[in-house]
Amino acid sequence: MSERSVIYLDHSATTAVDPRVVEAMLPYFGERYGNASSIHSLGREARQALDEARADVAGILNSSPDEIIFTSCGTESDNLAIRGVARLNRQRGDHIITSRVEHPAVSYTCEQREKQFGFEVTYVPVDEYGRVDPGDVERAITERTVLISIMYANNEVGTIEPISEIGEIARRHNIPFHSDAVQGAGSLSLDVRELNVDLLTLSGHKFYGPKGVGVLYVREGVGLLPIQTGGAHEQNRRAGTENVPYIVGLATALKLVEGRREKESRRLTLLRDRLIDGVLSSIPHCRLMGHPSERLANNANFIFEYVEGEAILLGLDMHGIAASSGSACATGSAEPSHVLLAMGVPHDVAHGSVRMTLGRENTEQDVDRVVEVLPGVVERLRAMSPLYAS
Amino acid sequence: MYSELVMEHFTNPRNVGVIEDADGVGKIGNPMCGDVMEMFIKVKDDHIEDVKFRTFGCGAAIATSSIATEMIKGKSLDEAVNLSNKAVADALGGLPAQKMHCSNLAADAVRAAVDDYWSKQKNEK
Repeated sequence: MSERSVIYLDHSATTAVDPRVVEAMLPYFGERYGNASSIHSLGREARQALDEARADVAGILNSSPDEIIFTSCGTESDNLAIRGVARLNRQRGDHIITSRVEHPAVSYTCEQREKQFGFEVTYVPVDEYGRVDPGDVERAITERTVLISIMYANNEVGTIEPISEIGEIARRHNIPFHSDAVQGAGSLSLDVRELNVDLLTLSGHKFYGPKGVGVLYVREGVGLLPIQTGGAHEQNRRAGTENVPYIVGLATALKLVEGRREKESRRLTLLRDRLIDGVLSSIPHCRLMGHPSERLANNANFIFEYVEGEAILLGLDMHGIAASSGSACATGSAEPSHVLLAMGVPHDVAHGSVRMTLGRENTEQDVDRVVEVLPGVVERLRAMSPLYAS
Repeated sequence: MYSELVMEHFTNPRNVGVIEDADGVGKIGNPMCGDVMEMFIKVKDDHIEDVKFRTFGCGAAIATSSIATEMIKGKSLDEAVNLSNKAVADALGGLPAQKMHCSNLAADAVRAAVDDYWSKQKNEK
């Protein structure tokens, strides 16, 4: 890894590409640049790399290569899943079930179905931990339901959703079930049979692969209409010359994280808990958001009362610590995080959110440094806050 | 995103605090929106003798409040009440477009403090 001057705690936003991934990608920019659809030897070489990458990904998901579609990113995969399935099944029904804590690639796409295509969408609520109740999903099902989409693990607060249970319900009712698993790779199992999913989204740059490449797993027998047309690629489901170097990169990255998943999860869990304990014990009026136990190994999301998130991030940034926040100012929107609001956090308090997500290069020293610096950052801001009655 | 001056005012804000026996107090904004500014002024001979502020908000909110206090200290009430958000933003070397509303808040807080002083004066007469 390159020399770091920053303690990077924003791995849920993106990760650095593993040098071994870069190495695996390089030949496909230079000598092996063939179009995988070409008949000649250069093409066949590219095709072989593509096939191997597909088989690797399929293996990790416990699926078959035919069930793997490569896309340009997680957002495209989510779009393809939702728009692709909804459109195909329009005659059968016009109802979609999703949750209130999804990534905009899912929620906004569902909203568009409502606004532009007359679909009805049920957004099931979550509890104070951000967790979906499978019972709520089941109760929302109607004869017109054509798709259920619930994320595997929440990107903001790290809560892991009960996917297998929801999948089982979907199966009983014969409704395609999609899960945005962008935050799961590398720490949670991606075994699609265990998860009972029919569609699953992955994004390369969240697990030390490059940005610009993603996966949509589609169970055999589940149909969808393509959203990008003009070629027979990906079994007529996603047109476009295959981005072989990036696909090779994604497959390599996924193999690497899967290979160390259990060990790394344990390591990150310890670091995360060290961070959580340190922060909670040294800063008053502060709490951890998300489920206490069903949470991602690397996620620590806090709310600091009486201060605003972007200001905290700036303060941390000045100490060389990079994190993120769900505050309106931090995301450049008018509202704070819809995830926190869905969890029942009041608006004014939601603005004080800070998310820290650990990754492979973080150490105990990093965590200790954050715990050392953060109280002062928060204190200084509280001292000038009219909301803090000291 | 932020200019050096904005970062300077964020790191070393001027005139932070409360004036217990303030002659005018302006409170602007809303915790729900993520922005609350309080400005306290002491007035002598129709001039701002002293000013303090408190802010709950982002980096730009803190910086604009801070520089606004510097800009009105010693000025006449008329000058202070005419402090524009553009002047505040310019004094900071500019603000990103999505942060310009913070400079509005700072100018509004000043105006609110002066208006508060004037209305108190009227009531006393």
